[in-house]
Amino acid sequence: MKIYNGDKIIPGILIGVIILTFPLWLARGKAAATPDIKFDTPVIQKLAVKQCVLPKETMRTSHMVVLNDWRDAAVRNNTRVFTGMDGKKYDINLQNTCMECHSNKTHFCDQCHNYLGVNPYCWKCHIEPKETK
Amino acid sequence: MGINFSLMAVLTLVLVAFAGVKFMGLQMFFGVVAPYAAMALFFTGVIWRVLKWAESPVPFRIPTTAGQQKSLPWIKSNGLDNPSTKAGVIGRMALEILLFRSLFRNTKLEYREGPRIAYEWEKWLWLASLLFHYSFLVVFVRHLRFFTEPIPFFVQGLETVDSLFQVGLPTLYLSDLAFIAAVTYLFIRRIIIPQVKYISLPADYFPLMLIFTIGATGIIMRYVTKVDVISIKQLTMGLVTFHPVIPQGIGELFFVHVFLVSILFAYFPFSKLMHAPGVFLSPTRNMPNDSRIVRHVNPWNYPVPVHTYAEYEDHFRDKMIEAGLPVEKE
Ligand code: HEC
Ligand code: HEC
Ligand code: HEC
Ligand code: HEM
Repeated sequence: MKIYNGDKIIPGILIGVIILTFPLWLARGKAAATPDIKFDTPVIQKLAVKQCVLPKETMRTSHMVVLNDWRDAAVRNNTRVFTGMDGKKYDINLQNTCMECHSNKTHFCDQCHNYLGVNPYCWKCHIEPKETK
Repeated sequence: MGINFSLMAVLTLVLVAFAGVKFMGLQMFFGVVAPYAAMALFFTGVIWRVLKWAESPVPFRIPTTAGQQKSLPWIKSNGLDNPSTKAGVIGRMALEILLFRSLFRNTKLEYREGPRIAYEWEKWLWLASLLFHYSFLVVFVRHLRFFTEPIPFFVQGLETVDSLFQVGLPTLYLSDLAFIAAVTYLFIRRIIIPQVKYISLPADYFPLMLIFTIGATGIIMRYVTKVDVISIKQLTMGLVTFHPVIPQGIGELFFVHVFLVSILFAYFPFSKLMHAPGVFLSPTRNMPNDSRIVRHVNPWNYPVPVHTYAEYEDHFRDKMIEAGLPVEKE
């Protein structure tokens, strides 16, 4: 087959293919590191039943929804208590409830968030837990 | 007719993926085999069709343009609408590709009382299609967060801008709103304008409905039913690194989303969606109108025995002089 204007069309095709397959070039077949989340904080280690405020599967996919509900409850309705799994009561508080158990932010929240490029803006106002390296 | 057919087609695809994952455990097929097959078909299909187009020579300039062409120095020419230089063509192509300029010229024909014909201002199609294509692009680029590790800076930057108003958690993306609004407009336009409806085929409805459903499943997944995005990224990175894995516990909706995307990519080379590579090869847009400057030769001209006037005169000069006809060379 005879190609006309191949001097423009062939490079055009090549550029298009390279741009569209860009993730392949970036990865070059190397397996990517997966997030490595840890539950070994002092508070969690002291827990009798090692569980979160809601079932693990729910927290994994919907913890931001929980946080949003907590925020609305506290800031709009002045509701400061949350009844979690098994009727256990928790203070509605990002810094003193979530982050007390998950005080290893860099080895917990950040692990997942960096993996997916999520950058919650909460820490502009709320204070991150101090971590001993 | 076309609407029902396309609706049934899209619904069938959704059900097939949903049932396949839910009842038959075909995660491997919908999460790995179908995406790979779709990508292979997409790239070979698009390249094949572009090369097919390239088999047609386009030797002559087609100045179907809306501007004065370059001629005598004292006639003002329009360098962008009727370019005679490479730079002008690049400008015209950039405006066409980035801003859909020829769609901007769209007008609506109306019969007024009289009867009299009037051409109405009509920019909604241009606006909606611009919105549609750019929100699609933004969603597409943001999706790179599933396919890259580390995630490039521009993806994160785009995410920040896209969730500017910080509505809710997970934060609402403005491009999601724009995307659904624009697809909905383009669809409604097709069914409420009688003339447009008359010329619409399943090939017009199907991509619109497919794209709408892809957006809808994605949005439901993100804001409503929730999926385990960490496991999903393990799956997508497995695809990118050619070590496919199927992590446990990914919701069915994800497989429906990805299957519809696979169908979209597989369908692409055989559909009107080829206008994407096609716009680069529009002969009326991508050639400078330099017919007055350069001689363009048709490549399929076969050699014709020509008899120029000079040769003719050489042949008949004596007879011409005899008959009193003027000659150029004595
Ligand atoms: C009482 C201590 C405690 C509190 C308070 C707590 N967590 Fe947890 N969280 C845990 C434990 C323990 C687990 C591990 C659960 C398991 O393995 O079943 C966990 C699991 C999680 C997970 C799932 C991680 C995974 O395995 O994928 C997320 C996300 C999470 N927590 C976020 C939060 C957020 C957000 C808050 C505040 C709303 C919070 N946690 C409050 C102890 C706590
Ligand atoms: C502009 C600063 C600001 C930002 C950004 C911010 N918050 Fe808050 N947040 C506050 C203030 C102020 C309160 C009220 C504290 C109170 O009344 O006890 C609050 C309260 C809360 C509460 C309930 C009570 C408490 O003290 O924890 C939650 C939960 C919460 N925010 C979650 C979040 C989350 C999640 C984000 C990120 C998505 C976030 N906030 C971002 C300022 C902010
Ligand atoms: C198992 C992994 C994982 C862990 C652990 C985790 N997150 Fe997340 N988080 C995610 C993912 C994934 C998203 C984004 C979901 C999406 O884009 O749909 C997210 C989103 C969020 C958001 C919403 C951000 C936005 O802008 O939309 C907030 C707030 C948040 N996480 C807070 C936390 C906090 C606080 C912790 C630690 C206590 C935590 N997360 C731990 C995976 C995790
Ligand atoms: C034509 C291509 C695609 C379109 C138009 C599209 C559209 C969308 C839209 C509109 C959303 C809503 C949230 C957002 O905007 O980020 C979404 C979410 C999502 N899409 Fe897609 N998508 C496409 C391809 C893919 C592919 C190829 C995958 C993975 C293999 C994928 C996986 C996901 C996932 C996991 C979510 C949920 C994200 C979250 O919860 O934050 N999409 N999609």
